[in-house]
Amino acid sequence: MGERTIIPFGPQHPVLPEPLHLDLILEDEKVVGAVPSIGFVHRGLEKLVEKRDFHEMMYVIERVCGICSFIHGQGYVQTIEGIFGLEIPDRAKFLRTIWAELSRVHSHLLWLGLMADAYGFESLFMHCWRVREKVLDIFEETTGGRVIFSVCKVGGVWKDIDNETLKRIVEVLNVVEQESKALTDVFIKDFTVQKRTRGVGVLSYQDAIDVGAVGPTLRGSGVAMDLRKLGYAAYGELNFEPIVEKDGDCYARTIVRVRELYQSIDLIRQCVSKIPDGEIEVKVKGNPKGEYVSRLEQPRGQVVYYGRANGTKYLERFRVRTPTFANIPALLKMLPGADLADVPLLALTIDPCISCTER
Amino acid sequence: MSYLPKSPWLVHYDASSCNGCDIEVLACLTPLYDVERFGVLNIGNPKHADIFVVTGSVNEQNKSVIQNIYNQMAEPKVVVAIGACATSGGIFRECYNVQGGVDKVIPVDVYVPGCAARPEAIIDGVVQALGVLEEKYKNMGKVAK
Repeated sequence: MGERTIIPFGPQHPVLPEPLHLDLILEDEKVVGAVPSIGFVHRGLEKLVEKRDFHEMMYVIERVCGICSFIHGQGYVQTIEGIFGLEIPDRAKFLRTIWAELSRVHSHLLWLGLMADAYGFESLFMHCWRVREKVLDIFEETTGGRVIFSVCKVGGVWKDIDNETLKRIVEVLNVVEQESKALTDVFIKDFTVQKRTRGVGVLSYQDAIDVGAVGPTLRGSGVAMDLRKLGYAAYGELNFEPIVEKDGDCYARTIVRVRELYQSIDLIRQCVSKIPDGEIEVKVKGNPKGEYVSRLEQPRGQVVYYGRANGTKYLERFRVRTPTFANIPALLKMLPGADLADVPLLALTIDPCISCTER
Repeated sequence: MSYLPKSPWLVHYDASSCNGCDIEVLACLTPLYDVERFGVLNIGNPKHADIFVVTGSVNEQNKSVIQNIYNQMAEPKVVVAIGACATSGGIFRECYNVQGGVDKVIPVDVYVPGCAARPEAIIDGVVQALGVLEEKYKNMGKVAK
């Protein structure tokens, strides 16, 4: 048995642009424990509900995180609509679903790129991000922003996408799908990649449930839980099954995301073929009163919003529980027994979003 | 400036940004914008870097980290604050844990606006930083080569 050493990992670390900080307890080269510390990105934006009215708050909540920004906005407006008891038009529901799935495509491509970078495949990283730019172009065309969109509003959406553009989106996505195939084949079939990912950081079925993991981390361990099955927005009218892999290692989690990438593209195709014509918003009258909890599936997993309103234009309390917060215990389960050199890889496989976690 | 006198290497730190500006900084390095063709490299080691790119605002916890990275960089060095949060606190300026822009802790040479800052704006900011860097070289009695 070797001597114990503590090595700080982060907050400024090349593998992740975000300040994730872990104190790694090592015995020789093996990790025996890890202590996370957070607070580098904490802004306290939930408290801003006291200063911004419930319409303006959408723009703040969207900036919880720049990667899953659309779904944060969507979750917030769903909560407020829940308090109001508002039913939004079908077209708005479909538009929200399209943007949400586009977010998933861009988020997963982003993650695949970072993952490739983590095991030293720099050109693969570049190609993943090259393909991702096509998705960002769609966002820019339809919403005006590349990463922050501000297109959701309480009662619907701000902008419509005309049917012509919808068809073109599908054409662009066909190209994205084709180009991604060549890239994801490397993640699935390459011998060296499998050497790095297979059998590394195994999270068993039971452990995944016990620590309350969510999203691809949970589904990579064989648990079929996908909140889109709740049928919020337009998901109730779409045909899909949660994607599940059994092994629970880094490889399984990668495969889950790769398959979800294609699933999302397929969901957008279904949306475009089923989207009805009509209004994109309903009028919102008065101020909200009451409380509501809404749950959505983000690229990283389940996100929970709680809002309480007292009849004034300012909410009383708003709370977000983000997927990475739920996945950090899973990461701590994976780390013991891993090599020090594998730590960046393991940290990445939960797709950490520290900005979400700390808000 | 008609040519780059130097291949500027930059170190990036996410102070308390929402990730929006961070992924745009990374997007600058990837094929669509590809600043690496001008010799701009994003590296993890502050001692190798000429330009310090900061996104996000300052709080009690990350103050010392920003100062630490800044102090480790060799002279001459330039600081670029990217995005509304890094320049003034942005949409979060009234949050209890946000103290304001990066210039509260270290001297900032170039401010890049935007929420999130667009890659074109970030590249423009870095190019302006190169001018500042050259100026600093001259003041030190050296010529950038």
